[in-house]
Amino acid sequence: MSADFGRHLLALNEIGVDGIKEILSMTDRFVEINERPIPKVPALRGKTVCTMFFEDSTRTKLSFEAAAKRLSADTMSMSVSSSSVKKGESVRDTIETIQAMGIDAFVVRHKSSGVPWQIANWVDDHVSILNGGDGWHSHPTQGLLDSYTLCQARDGEAGENPSLDGVHVGLIGDIKHSRVARSDVEAFTALGAKVTLIGPPTLMPPSVVGWSMDGSTVDISHDLDSLLPELDVVALLRIQRERMGQALIPSIGEYVETFGLNRNRMSLVRPDAIITHPGPMNRGVEVSVDVLDGHPGTVVLRQVTNGVAVRMAVLFLLLGSGVVS
Amino acid sequence: MAERERKIARPYGGVFVARTQVLDSSQVGRAMTRIAHEVVERNHGIEDVILIGLQTGGVALADRIAEELKRIENADVAVGSLDVALYRDDIGLRPVLPEAVTNIPGDITDKIVVLVDDVLYTGRTIRAALDALNDFGRPRAVQLAVMVDRGHRELPIRPDYVGKNLPTRRDELVNVTVDGVELGEMFKDHLDEGADQ
Repeated sequence: MSADFGRHLLALNEIGVDGIKEILSMTDRFVEINERPIPKVPALRGKTVCTMFFEDSTRTKLSFEAAAKRLSADTMSMSVSSSSVKKGESVRDTIETIQAMGIDAFVVRHKSSGVPWQIANWVDDHVSILNGGDGWHSHPTQGLLDSYTLCQARDGEAGENPSLDGVHVGLIGDIKHSRVARSDVEAFTALGAKVTLIGPPTLMPPSVVGWSMDGSTVDISHDLDSLLPELDVVALLRIQRERMGQALIPSIGEYVETFGLNRNRMSLVRPDAIITHPGPMNRGVEVSVDVLDGHPGTVVLRQVTNGVAVRMAVLFLLLGSGVVS
Repeated sequence: MAERERKIARPYGGVFVARTQVLDSSQVGRAMTRIAHEVVERNHGIEDVILIGLQTGGVALADRIAEELKRIENADVAVGSLDVALYRDDIGLRPVLPEAVTNIPGDITDKIVVLVDDVLYTGRTIRAALDALNDFGRPRAVQLAVMVDRGHRELPIRPDYVGKNLPTRRDELVNVTVDGVELGEMFKDHLDEGADQ
């Protein structure tokens, strides 16, 4: 296995199929660490990881912080609501100021696509940037943890050559505004899964050309009910009301009627199907209040648990596995 | 295989060329049998004994000693494996990656843990292993079994069971497999050298 992984994790297409597989294989080892009586290793002692969230987040920010702490790195965090950004400080000045305190990695989330790349150009050579979600564009660690969770649900672990060959994944909901959808499609197709995007036409991107790294086709459907019985994986996405500029769906009620996973529709879901949701869940919108709890293939909390292990693998590969020159 | 040692040595990776065969496969087998007898004698049986092979070179040897113990005492001994990469003291000084999943069988508190490795050299891997064990529990005792002790210790660590004491130079490399023990050197791959220029 190569430790030559590059310095940043900005998008999955930058690390390629081999990079995705390497991280997933490595994640098995960090899942085991999280099951130990003392789930902490000294691997990144002396490193400092700063989470810079210019947009709200609960799980991604805490997950990265938990991952860094379990590798014994120090963590700092900045959220816009309580920072000098409110006083008008630019992103660049904010980053350079915090970097001057001695930071080894920034985890960046921003509502505008591309900001993590811009920041990667500004920071010193030894500093790593990890994309914690940029605009509609990319959320690489979510794509990794979702594909790890699917591998685990199927084979118990990712193994030396992780694969989702023959798995049919339906990504359901607001595809257009979803960075999770983009990173999921990249990761799932890289591992050999067949992906169908399902949702109303107004929430579909104008084109899905280039969404898969290997050029494999990504299907689009507007008819959830006829596809549900075929799906091995029902991957729900959040309806992102904060990103919708105008009324793209007539009403939440109509969306629930056509695409919400309710009790009736649950009867179409295969008993062995896996159901995922990246969170935060709008219970009563994309999924009704209680249907997930009774389904054995619901892995929503496994996704959160695995998220910590995936981020430990990424942080160690970026900050610990190489030779510091 | 002394994979770990191979990666510690510059150039990282390359081709191992054996110069002399130190032990053949039957001698390795007899050494394992002797170590198993010594474990039984020292611990008055194998009650509470857990064998833990260090990834990757110690795992096959731990399995081998467990087989011998089964033959001698007619009882199963718990066997586990431990990857110490994330506890190493040379992270950042050379490439380090976790090699395999760690598997510790049950609670090690109040047990006698016998760490098993292929080659004992600087002692830094064992130091990392002792730190790692600490996170799993508090064993009654930790003992160390190695196939080859090649000297050059950099820490106050000594083995309890040794297959073979083998004086070496630092630039030599010891290769341990179930087929035998070889002493040789590491050569950088010629193809790599061409690529550098």
